[in-house]
Amino acid sequence: MDLNDSVLDHLRAIGDAPDLEGTRYVLEQEIGRGGMGVVYAAHDRDLDRRVALKVLDVAFAGEARLIARLEHPAVVPIYESGVLSDGRSYYAMKLIAGERLDRYAAGTASQAERIRVIRRIAEVLAFAHSEGVIHRDLKPQNVMVGEFGEVYVMDWGVEAIRGTAAYRAPESQTDARSDIYSLGALMQAVLPAPGSPALQAIAAKCMRTVPAERYPSATAFLADIDRFEAGERVEAWSEPLWHRVQRFASRNSILLWLLAAYAAVKFVIFFLRAF
Amino acid sequence: MNKILVGVVFGLVLGAIDGATAWFTPDVRPMMTGIMVGSSIKGMIVGLLSGWFARKVQSTKWGIVVGAALGLLFAFLVAAMPSPGGKHYYLEIMLPGFVVGAIIGFLTQRLGTQPRSTTLSR
Repeated sequence: MDLNDSVLDHLRAIGDAPDLEGTRYVLEQEIGRGGMGVVYAAHDRDLDRRVALKVLDVAFAGEARLIARLEHPAVVPIYESGVLSDGRSYYAMKLIAGERLDRYAAGTASQAERIRVIRRIAEVLAFAHSEGVIHRDLKPQNVMVGEFGEVYVMDWGVEAIRGTAAYRAPESQTDARSDIYSLGALMQAVLPAPGSPALQAIAAKCMRTVPAERYPSATAFLADIDRFEAGERVEAWSEPLWHRVQRFASRNSILLWLLAAYAAVKFVIFFLRAF
Repeated sequence: MNKILVGVVFGLVLGAIDGATAWFTPDVRPMMTGIMVGSSIKGMIVGLLSGWFARKVQSTKWGIVVGAALGLLFAFLVAAMPSPGGKHYYLEIMLPGFVVGAIIGFLTQRLGTQPRSTTLSR
């Protein structure tokens, strides 16, 4: 009997599917897969609502406790955790309706909207770092943008995780500055190219090879983003004079128009009297 | 610096500069001192009122509109006074006064601090 690929995939999925016997959840379908485990959509029978159920390898069982420490609007809240009959750990969390950041970035969102998302990610990183938690695997695939514009950073790392190559800092010893590196790489991936040179400089500063040359914290990164949005000079970029003039003109366009109107009025009056 | 002080300072400076441009009108050069003093006082009054308005309403658009209207009104009052030769300089005074008022109105919206709100308790 021939088994085509879809049948094999189906059989493999059934074989891998966790046994939720003894829990309050009914499995619906797989919605994501990563290095630490598999995420399923499930139905909570007790509360009659849909949840996301992450089934972990035993080695990463501490993840739920780690995330539970982070009570922040950009961290997906955990409802419950436990152990399945096969010994694997799981935890149930809010099922986010929205799209992954890599798909969101491929869409038509404006630069301002993309910066808002990056800001939210930096804010939650600043909070996590203040709690002594490092993400270790920050990348667009680990960020969700909800249908109301809310941003969730997921898959908070545990010691065993070394991150995804394109977003991973080069140093072997990871700390908060390794997350800053990943934030810069994520920023480059999310912002449309060619973007503003100031924003490119901010991302490049995050991604310096030497950790000490990066932003010392996510808060310092946010301060530079604030300066960019206020039309001020960013710390990461020593801008050329023409760009400084351009920035001044765009920040003070109304005043410059009013001064030009005054000069024009004076000029017209002078010539009306002269001729 | 509070918004009223911003208005008064910029009104004084811009009024003085506006008055100084009367030098380009040869007929009125003998009266330069009086024109500059009068223009500075006009600017200060417009600045004071624009600053007061900026404390009440935070809107760049309305700041410009009110500043321009005040500038036009006070410029009209000044222009209504005839020169020693009996001439009126409505256009020469009112048009720049209107724009200077708009600039002062804009600056009072953008610069200066709002008074701290206080909570009354019984």
